[in-house]
Amino acid sequence: MPLQVELVSPEGPLYTGEAEMVVARTVGGGDIAFLPGHVPLIGSLAVHPVKVLEAGGGTTSIAVHRGFVSVAGDRVTILSDVAEVAASIDVPRAEAAKARAEETLRSASDDEDARAALRRAEVRLEVALGR
Amino acid sequence: MPGAQERILRRRINSVKATKKITRAMELIAASRVVRAQQRANAARPYAQQITKVIEDLAAGGADVDHPMLRVVESVERTALIVLTSDRGLAGAYSSSVIRAAEREIHAARAEGSDYELVTVGRKAAGYFRFRNYRLAATYDGISDKPTYEDARRIANTVASMFLDGSVDRVVLIYTEFRSVASQRVVVRRFLPLEQTSTIAEAGSATALAGFDFEPNASSVLADLLPRYIEARLFAALLDAAASEHANRQRAMKSATDNAEDMIVRLTRQMNAARQAAITTEIMEIIGGAEGLREAEGDGEDLLLDHLHSTTLFRELDPTDHAHAAPGHV
Repeated sequence: MPLQVELVSPEGPLYTGEAEMVVARTVGGGDIAFLPGHVPLIGSLAVHPVKVLEAGGGTTSIAVHRGFVSVAGDRVTILSDVAEVAASIDVPRAEAAKARAEETLRSASDDEDARAALRRAEVRLEVALGR
Repeated sequence: MPGAQERILRRRINSVKATKKITRAMELIAASRVVRAQQRANAARPYAQQITKVIEDLAAGGADVDHPMLRVVESVERTALIVLTSDRGLAGAYSSSVIRAAEREIHAARAEGSDYELVTVGRKAAGYFRFRNYRLAATYDGISDKPTYEDARRIANTVASMFLDGSVDRVVLIYTEFRSVASQRVVVRRFLPLEQTSTIAEAGSATALAGFDFEPNASSVLADLLPRYIEARLFAALLDAAASEHANRQRAMKSATDNAEDMIVRLTRQMNAARQAAITTEIMEIIGGAEGLREAEGDGEDLLLDHLHSTTLFRELDPTDHAHAAPGHV
């Protein structure tokens, strides 16, 4: 039985589908793959793409900049207030944001905000360009 | 030539008609926005439900950890009030009833010997409290009719940091709850400190499964989760308030349109009466003038009026209107 995957944001559900496997990265730093029958788990997600290997073949990547994953039974629920599916990502904008963040980091390498912005831009591009 | 009174009335009718067009347009706009605001509130619900469910699961997993947002202070020295009103008027008593509730809360807090901090959303509340020399900790405007999650996050962060650094001991949220298009109600809700996780869990459905693993661990998940939870709660309140604002504006504009219609009918009647009175007066003056000329020619015995039958003279006029009409001025 495939996994029921749901991505919920405060503006509304962003993605629902069935999947063979979901791969996410938690705050601790390790990737976790969820297969049907996974033990119930609640985790904080790192700024990283979440990969959904869909039941019909094919992979959907979702840029999750902050959020939680809850796995119970065969349901995977991703809660995120900042998440984007590939189709909604503005590539030029993300590239501009990346360049801007790199520029800031060159002059002030300990700028936390710029570092976070760079990471977000990289994740966006990774998802949008399907790498 | 129309009489002076008639001209004044005609001008008033035209102005009321113009106003009616505006209120009618505003009513229709508000009606479509209510629907959209309701849809947004419905779209936000799954997230709030899921985040509550995760807290339930955490509580069921035995993660009743200590968190500053759960800290309950025995003697409240300072209360923060978040007041959600609109930026613009013409929404009936929408903003003023929220403001009244907020003022009541401030007085109640003072009676208990605690101070207040005000955080206002919408120009109406900011204007009201500033004019009356209340102290405003933060004001937000330009968001009330179409709030975004980003707005909710900004406000929630401000309020949470006030709470966490101890400058306030309690936060209440005062807004208009949207129940249906026909019914909205001003509510005062406790915002911070949060209820204990077990209390949040009890309020939700009791479907929590025990035996969850936590990654990285229960207390750090909870520490990440609670700020998101208060943001989601504030966002839900902002969306409710926006839907209520549009519903109130729709109702206010509908009654304004109805009033304008009544007024047009009434003024049209008055104008018709004035016109008839003016015509009557004019006829009387013509006859009076003709009589004067005849008298001057020395034929005073035979009055012109005697040759006219009254029904011929007033044929065009409704006798009741004639009786009620005010004497016309010329």
